Amino acid sequence: MERRTDLLLQQLQKRILILDGAMGTMIQRYGLQEEDFRNQELAAVKKSLKGNNDLLSLTRPGIIKDIHKAYFEAGADIVETNTFSSTSIAQEDYGLSEIAYKLNFESAKIAREVADDFSSREPDKPRFVAGAIGPTNRTASLSPDVNDPGFRAVSFDQLVAAYSEQIEGLLDGGVDLLLVETVFDTLNAKAAIFAIQEVYEKRNIPLEPSEGGVPIMVSGTITDASGRTLSGQTTEAFLISISHVPLLSIGLNCALGAAELRPYLKVLSDKSPFNVSVYPNAGLPNEFGEYDQGPEEMSEEVTLFLKQGWLNIVGGCCGTTPEHIAALAKSASNFPPRIKQALTQED
Amino acid sequence: MSNSTKVPNLQLSGLEPLVFNETLNFVNIGERTNVTGSKKFARLVLNDNYDEALEVALDQVRGGAQILDVCMDEAMLDGEAAMVRFLNLVASEPEISRIPVMVDSSKWKIILAGLKCIQGKGIVNSISLKNGEEEFLYQAKTIKKFGAAVVVMAFDEKGQADSYDRRIEICKKSYDLLTQKIKFKPQDIIFDPNVFPVATGMDEHKNNAVDYFRATKWIKENLPGAKVSGGVSNVSFSFRGNNPVREAMHAVFLYHAIQHGMDMGIVNPAMLEIYDDIPKELLERVEDVMWNKRDDATERLLDFADSVKSRGKKGKEDEAWRSFTVEKRMQHALVKGVLDYILEDTEEARLKLKDALKVIEGPLMDGMNVVGDLFGEGKMFLPQVVKSARVMKKAVAYLEPYMPLPGTNETTGEQEDNVKRILLATVKGDVHDIGKNIVGVVLACNSYKIIDLGVMVETDRIIQEALDNKAHIIGLSGLITPSLDEMVNVAAEMERRGLDIPLLIGGATTSRIHTAVKIDPVYSGIVVHVADASKSVPVAGDAINKETRDEYKKEIKATYQKLREVHAAKQEVKQMATYKEAKSNPVAIDWSTYVPVKPKKIGVTVLKDMDLSVIRDYIDWTPFFSTWMLSGRFPKILKDPVVGTEALKLYNDANKMLDRIVNEGWLKANAVFGLFPVQRSGDDLVVDPQFTGGKPYSFHFLRQQGRKGKNVPNRSLTDYIHPDATDYMGGFAVTAGLNIEAKLKDFKEQGDDYNDIMLKAMADRLAEATAEYLHLRVRKDFWGYSPAESLENEELIKENYTGIRPAPGYPACPEHSEKRTLFDLLEVEKNASMTLTDSFAMYPTSSVSGFYFGHPESKYFGLGKIGEDQVADYARRKGVSLAQAEKWLSPNLAYTPKLTSTPQ
Repeated sequence: MERRTDLLLQQLQKRILILDGAMGTMIQRYGLQEEDFRNQELAAVKKSLKGNNDLLSLTRPGIIKDIHKAYFEAGADIVETNTFSSTSIAQEDYGLSEIAYKLNFESAKIAREVADDFSSREPDKPRFVAGAIGPTNRTASLSPDVNDPGFRAVSFDQLVAAYSEQIEGLLDGGVDLLLVETVFDTLNAKAAIFAIQEVYEKRNIPLEPSEGGVPIMVSGTITDASGRTLSGQTTEAFLISISHVPLLSIGLNCALGAAELRPYLKVLSDKSPFNVSVYPNAGLPNEFGEYDQGPEEMSEEVTLFLKQGWLNIVGGCCGTTPEHIAALAKSASNFPPRIKQALTQED
Repeated sequence: MSNSTKVPNLQLSGLEPLVFNETLNFVNIGERTNVTGSKKFARLVLNDNYDEALEVALDQVRGGAQILDVCMDEAMLDGEAAMVRFLNLVASEPEISRIPVMVDSSKWKIILAGLKCIQGKGIVNSISLKNGEEEFLYQAKTIKKFGAAVVVMAFDEKGQADSYDRRIEICKKSYDLLTQKIKFKPQDIIFDPNVFPVATGMDEHKNNAVDYFRATKWIKENLPGAKVSGGVSNVSFSFRGNNPVREAMHAVFLYHAIQHGMDMGIVNPAMLEIYDDIPKELLERVEDVMWNKRDDATERLLDFADSVKSRGKKGKEDEAWRSFTVEKRMQHALVKGVLDYILEDTEEARLKLKDALKVIEGPLMDGMNVVGDLFGEGKMFLPQVVKSARVMKKAVAYLEPYMPLPGTNETTGEQEDNVKRILLATVKGDVHDIGKNIVGVVLACNSYKIIDLGVMVETDRIIQEALDNKAHIIGLSGLITPSLDEMVNVAAEMERRGLDIPLLIGGATTSRIHTAVKIDPVYSGIVVHVADASKSVPVAGDAINKETRDEYKKEIKATYQKLREVHAAKQEVKQMATYKEAKSNPVAIDWSTYVPVKPKKIGVTVLKDMDLSVIRDYIDWTPFFSTWMLSGRFPKILKDPVVGTEALKLYNDANKMLDRIVNEGWLKANAVFGLFPVQRSGDDLVVDPQFTGGKPYSFHFLRQQGRKGKNVPNRSLTDYIHPDATDYMGGFAVTAGLNIEAKLKDFKEQGDDYNDIMLKAMADRLAEATAEYLHLRVRKDFWGYSPAESLENEELIKENYTGIRPAPGYPACPEHSEKRTLFDLLEVEKNASMTLTDSFAMYPTSSVSGFYFGHPESKYFGLGKIGEDQVADYARRKGVSLAQAEKWLSPNLAYTPKLTSTPQ
């Protein structure tokens, strides 16, 4: 474990690292049907499972493997496990809470296997696996019921329990780092970070990456033109709220395209004591919910940030493909990584 | 700040950041939301009046508080519950939650409960060495995991620090333990070196203020990064009742404490004089007390205090908006979410406009429109909108008694049901409902009756509830992109069932153009996209109003038609294979080694009045429980910690009823099936006419047409039939619902809903079990391709056998009209006493029909989207018009049918 974290830290010193692109967009290409989301174990589940993409790690692992491969081939240094919704909470909608641990374990193993394969073939370019930890589909600091603003559909303790199970699965499956992502409610993210600390403490894993800990990345989501998270925080407030652990990186992903993220990314680059990451959508969705920004166009927008020296890690979210990642990787290789702000620097 | 060592700034956050840098002066902690400090707040919380308790918090923020101290330590109160409730409510008020929260309690449990509610970086107030190092470090470590800063009291096992030396000794020890033992960030440590009263008449209190000042200075110089806080009002404790003196004492204390490095404090701004405004004589005497300048300082201040008269308080909130016109005031209240004056303003507007309805349609809706616009422009965000809706709701609730009663039409005098009912649902597969709830609130505000079906609602239920409730409008909501397709499905199904209820489309991914291109064409009723909640009201009004609806429909249909034309002009070819390409990519089956198994019995077999005592063993119980909204797999569900008891009760009741169904013959089950030689002809299967009495029968199947990845076939059910040689397929229809009406009538008459639902559910289960049992018999005996099969019911449920039984109308063969062919071929009406409705629904309801495919490779799949080329071919094969085929297949169309082709 230690060796891989050190390798990762060394790579981050040298260059901008490339994160993979969208999983869902790639899965869509396979035109999967209900039966693809089922195996013997899931055959009797009565709810429709189609669209529960995380299940594919169990039912069609070959597809997930191929997608990881495609991203590594396109130039990604880090791929995310297929576990965005692999918490007992998110799986509850499908009646599959019980398989959360297994989903994480198997997804991590799949990504681990592909990454090791690439790393052994190209020792100069080690590949890493980030355990993806999604926001779940409930908010801890917003009420779903307008008539009862004090109501919460999920509690901090419930989130910590679900996240702990996910983290255990990811670690057991062999991930190199954890990525708490698409944070739309900071309290959910704080529960995830709390769970990480508890699990690390139990397993004697240091929190500090420099001490050999499993690094933690956090990526928030600005939901609309207000420039705030869904739960109402500004970018800086979000940064402050989760700065209590030594993160490997903080960044933004999803909801908006690269161009729209600019002002918020600048805040992070200016204020963050950690590395800065971004993985935007391929532009804003069109009226049909599809993303049609091409690789070149997206890469041009991101290159503006690279030129400013704002970034350490870059990748793609909804609508991005290996072609997008290849274009980003090509551009990123021309720029040095952002230099971390000294912790002591005053505003 | 005076610290020379490099330590980062203390940073806190609510919705917005609070960074302690050089430009930030003394930070004011609002303390009125503390039950120990504010009698009013304590009373509000104890009386469960959280609305007003929130107003107290709001007043604090508006009064300039930069951190909100919340304390629920009160003997008569469940402190944990009150802390959680209040902080959750604070989170819903963006104007309050803008600032960081200080979770204030002497009880560790309450602190934990509070920490679990705040998304920002707050402060815990407080911990100390009072109970020793171990507890102190454990608590600090936990606080660190939550990412909060902490107030450390100058308190240890020997007691509270009451001298300069004790203060710095305890603070130093605490600081070293925190920073060295558990790496607590020094900037996140805030010391409270105890503000004690002065001028009490006791000698040992004379130095209290001086010691505080000096200790503060020492901490700031010697404990890098640490901050100093304190509760200011303590200092004037002995002058309770004499506010002018207290206000002066607070001002003087603060003035010097800040000079010495105090960073923040609990100060009641209403109890604070401005230092420069303190009369000279009073100032001098207070200064003497603070600095312990002379022995008679206390007496001199006491003498003076008697001569100071209490003055009136200053009201300095920004109330300028109260002088606006009533319309403007209501708009202001809506936009800012201010509840304070809404009732009096509403009443004023009602008198002015002389009509309650006009108040809603006028100022209130205008205000909500402004809210909607601001939200759309990103100038307001969700929690604020929700808050606005609450103001709206309160106003409308007030107006309700003045509104015309539902049930009478005022102008015509006719008795009519004029309650406008709107059914709202988040479509299947989507769990997001915040937007929908807002629309619900806004519409409810406008005297619509809301029938909210919640999230993940199946199409059938939407339509059934709409019909049952005589809804005037159906509103669909969805946030994720797959919901777009689902909405098209709902619209298509509404058309198929012949509905004419206006359909509103809303939600984050929906759009005018998607509605125009995809949804409007499949539904001949009104379809309108609603950009946001505030726009839903006028749209709903126009769509319902008898006078305007025809004109409105014409107008909106024309608008969408135009949008479609513009859109079509710039369309490219979709990601679809042509039908020809799809046909050349079938399921790869090696036919050279396969010999079709000839069924032992070819032709139609009828099994009447089947033995339900046998069939009951084939019941799949899991869906039975989900019918009753108990989720979990059978039999595990019977031991589920949450629903287990209920599930077991239900299971026992069901089995008791089953006994009676079997023994007393409540239900009758019939089955008919046929096995036939068939010949493939493209994607049709032609039944050998030798076995149909010479009549030509063909089944028409469809092929997946999405562009597939490598080695992924475009499936059609015909792929499982030998391409050249004679092969076999089957068809079946079973029911277990015959005679059910008699018993249902009994239950209805007794008002026994429980057994009514139970019997329906059991009939459904028995029908499925009959299909399972029949399939088994077919595989083993009648067709006989798996004569040695021996599976437990559980394995049957998991479909661990060879062959499939896809049902017309389900994903592999979604076109329902094939049921007609099947029923004719098997003479189902005659043989099994089942019938088909015009829209191909089976009666009795508890029935199942489908096809049998026996090839070992056959498996279930979903057809997905198909192109116009295949639909045209299908229409030709079935001998119907293209328009008819498009109507039947509308959920599967990858394109928008031309509007000109109206189905018959």
